[in-house]
Amino acid sequence: MDEEYDVIVLGTGLKECILSGLLSVDGLKVLHMDRNDYYGGESTSLNLNQLWKRFRGDDKPPAQLGASRDYNIDMNPKFIMANGNLVRVLIHTDVTKYLSFKAVDGSFVFNKGKVHKVPSNDMEALKSPLMGLFEKRRARKFFIFVQNYIENDPKTHEGMDLTRVTTKELIAKYGLDYNTIDFIGHALALHREDNYLSEPALDTVKRMKLYAESLARFQGGSPYIYPLYGLGELPQAFARLSAVYGGTYMLNKPECKVEFDEGGKVVGVTSEGETAKCKKVVCDPSYLPGKVRKVGRVARAIAIMSHPIPSTDDSHSVQIILPQKQLNRNSDMYLFCCSYTHNVAPKGKFIAFVSTEAETDQPAIELKPGIDLLGPVDEIFFDIYDRYEPVNEPSLDNCFISTSYDATTHFESTVDDVLNMYTLITGKVIDLSVDLSAASAAEE
Amino acid sequence: MARNANKSLQAKLVLLGDMGAGKTSLVLRFVKGQFSEYQESTIGAAFFTQVLSLNEATVKFDIWDTAGQERYHSLAPMYYRGAAAAIVVYDITSMDSFVRAKKWVREVQRQANSSLTMLLVANKADLEDERKVSNEEGEEYAKENGLSFLETSAKTAQNVNELFYEIGKRLAKAKSSHETGMRLHSRAGQDRGGLFCCA
Ligand SMILES: Cc1cc2nc3c(=O)[nH]c(=O)nc-3n(C[C@H](O)[C@H](O)[C@H](O)COP(=O)(O)OP(=O)(O)OC[C@H]3O[C@@H](n4cnc5c(N)ncnc54)[C@H](O)[C@@H]3O)c2cc1C
Ligand SMILES: Nc1nc2c(ncn2[C@@H]2O[C@H](COP(=O)(O)OP(=O)(O)OP(=O)(O)O)[C@@H](O)[C@H]2O)c(=O)[nH]1
Ligand SMILES: [Mg+2]
Repeated sequence: MDEEYDVIVLGTGLKECILSGLLSVDGLKVLHMDRNDYYGGESTSLNLNQLWKRFRGDDKPPAQLGASRDYNIDMNPKFIMANGNLVRVLIHTDVTKYLSFKAVDGSFVFNKGKVHKVPSNDMEALKSPLMGLFEKRRARKFFIFVQNYIENDPKTHEGMDLTRVTTKELIAKYGLDYNTIDFIGHALALHREDNYLSEPALDTVKRMKLYAESLARFQGGSPYIYPLYGLGELPQAFARLSAVYGGTYMLNKPECKVEFDEGGKVVGVTSEGETAKCKKVVCDPSYLPGKVRKVGRVARAIAIMSHPIPSTDDSHSVQIILPQKQLNRNSDMYLFCCSYTHNVAPKGKFIAFVSTEAETDQPAIELKPGIDLLGPVDEIFFDIYDRYEPVNEPSLDNCFISTSYDATTHFESTVDDVLNMYTLITGKVIDLSVDLSAASAAEE
Repeated sequence: MARNANKSLQAKLVLLGDMGAGKTSLVLRFVKGQFSEYQESTIGAAFFTQVLSLNEATVKFDIWDTAGQERYHSLAPMYYRGAAAAIVVYDITSMDSFVRAKKWVREVQRQANSSLTMLLVANKADLEDERKVSNEEGEEYAKENGLSFLETSAKTAQNVNELFYEIGKRLAKAKSSHETGMRLHSRAGQDRGGLFCCA
C-alpha cells in the first residue's frame, strides 16, 4: 500500500468504477478502495441477508422468501435506455462482454387514476385508450414530424427553428390537448418537471427520438434493457476492466482518510495506519463530507411480492411513470419492477420500487399513490436518503467528487457526470459519438 | 445423420488459484497452443473465447482469467456468476499454492451455484524435481470434495486439452443451459422503423 499512485479512487459505485476503468485503460496507476466488503457502494445490489441487515437490524429474513443469494436488490434502481449513453460507454469500453441483458417487458404511464401501456407500436397506439380517435390523428401527425426531423437537414424542419420555438408553441401547432402533452412530456420525453414547455423544443424532440430509437432496438415492449442479476453487475464489470488494465483493488478498508498538504492539495489516503500516496483522489460524496453540500432527498419504498404489478399485462419487468400533475405533486413518481426473469429474485418473486424526490418527511404517506398500485406485498421497506453535490474546486485540491445518484436520476446524468469528471481529471474528452446508433444485440 | 443432433452450448468457465500457479499459461496453451517461460502476471487480457467440438456437442467457452482482484481478497461476485465450470489451479512446486487452492475450493462452494462443475488442477507437472505436493495428496483432497483432478503442464501441454475436453463433456451431459440474456454488440443496428407508426 505504501506505493505512489496517479489516482486513488474511493468507493466502488458505478461512477467511480467507470472512471477507474477509463483511467486504468489510459495507463494511469490506479488504487481503488472501498470501506465496504462489497462492490457498488450506493449502486450495489443486495442479497436478502444484506437487505435485512440494512433495514431490519438483527431480524432474519423469513424462510418462505427463499435463498438469500437468489436476490439481487438494486439500491439505486433504474432501467437502461437501449440506445442511451450508458450503452455507448459499455460498448466504447468493451465491457459488454462481461454482461448479459434482457429487454424490459413494458413501460406504462399513470393517467386519470389508471395505468396505461405506453404504446410500443402502431397497433398498440391505435387501441390505446390514452387518446380519443381524433386526438390520435393529430398526435400521429406530430409523431411523424418528430420521426422525420433531422437536426442538420432544414428540409425536415417544416419552416420552424426548434432552437427558438418553444415546446408549447410546437405542440400548439398540432392542436394537442392537455392530456396528450402530459403523456408526451413525461412518458416519452421523460421530463421530470414541466419547465420543458417553455424551453426550446429541440431537446424534447431529441428525447422523443431517443425513446423511439431505443424502442426499435430490441423489439421489446419498452425502450429499456436491464442486466441479468441486477444493476450491481455494472460497477463490478467496470472494476474488472480497471483490474485487467492494472488497477489495484482493496475492499473492506476502514476509514480511508484523505490526507492534504499545507496548501490544501491532496497527498494520499490513509487506511489501517498505512498511507498510500497519490496525485489525485476520485470519490463519492461520503468520503469527503466536508467538501459537499446537500441538494435534495429521495423517498423510496422497496417491496418483495409474489405477483406482477396489477394492470401491467403480466409484465415481469416494468416501469410506470406517475407524472407530477396526475398526483398534484412537484416531481414525478416512479415505479420499477423486476423479477426472477432477470435473475434478481427466486422463481415466482418480484421486486418493486417506488421512488420520488421527497417533498415531506413521511415516505410511507408520500409514496402511497405508487404503493397502492402494487397490490399485496410480502415485505415492504421505507427509506429516505440525502443527495449531495461537490462544492470544492478540483483545480485547487485535486479532489474529484461525484454527485449522488438521485432516485429520479437516470443513467444520462450519471454518464454526463462521469464524462465531465474524466475531462477534469485528464484534460481529455471521450468521444462517444462514434459508437452512436451502433448498439445492437444478438441472442446468445 | 441428423445435423441438429449436435447441440451447441455456451459456457462460462472461470480460473482461480494462487499468483503464478499457471492459470494464464493453461489458457494460452489451450486457446493458442503457446507457452512462454516469461508469462507476465496477468494484465491487459483476461477474457478468451474458444470453441470445442465434441461428438455430443459444440461447446463455446467464455474463459474468465483472474485480473489480480483476488490479491487483496477483492474478487467481485460477478466473477462466479452464471459460471458453468471453475478450474482451481495450484503449482506442484509450491505447498503455499496448494493451501491457497483449498481456500478457493471452499470459496467457490460458498459462492457459486450448485450445478457448477469444479476441477482441481495440479500444474507444472514437468517440474518433477522440485515437486512439493505429491500426486496422492492432491488426488485425495479432490476425492474428498467431489472434484475431478488432473496433473497438467502448460509447458509440455500434458493433459491440457484433456482438461478442457473433460469439462466440455461434463457440460454436454449436464445440458442445463444457464443464461438466456443477450450480449450487446457494436454493429450497425437494423431498426424496425418508427415507433409512431403508420405513415
Ligand atoms: C426507479 C426509476 C426512477 C426513474 N426516475 C426517473 C426520473 O426521475 N425522471 C425520468 O425522466 N426518468 C426516470 N426514470 C426513467 C429513467 O430515466 C430511464 O430509465 C432513463 O431514461 C434511461 O436513461 P439512459 O441513461 O439509459 O439513457 P439516456 O441516454 O441517459 O437518456 C435518454 C435521453 O433522455 C433524456 N432523459 C432520460 N431520462 C431522463 C430523466 N430522468 N430526466 C431528464 N432527461 C432524461 C436524456 O436527456 C437523454 O438524452 C426512472 C426509472 C426508474 C426505474
Ligand atoms: N515449468 C512450468 N512453468 C510454468 C507452467 N505453467 C506456468 N508456468 C510459468 O509460471 C509462471 C506463472 O504463470 P502464469 O500463467 O502467469 O500464472 P498465473 O496463475 O496466471 O499468475 P497471475 O496472473 O499472476 O495470477 C510463468 O513464468 C510461466 O511461464 C508449467 O506447466 N510448467
Ligand atoms: Mg495470470
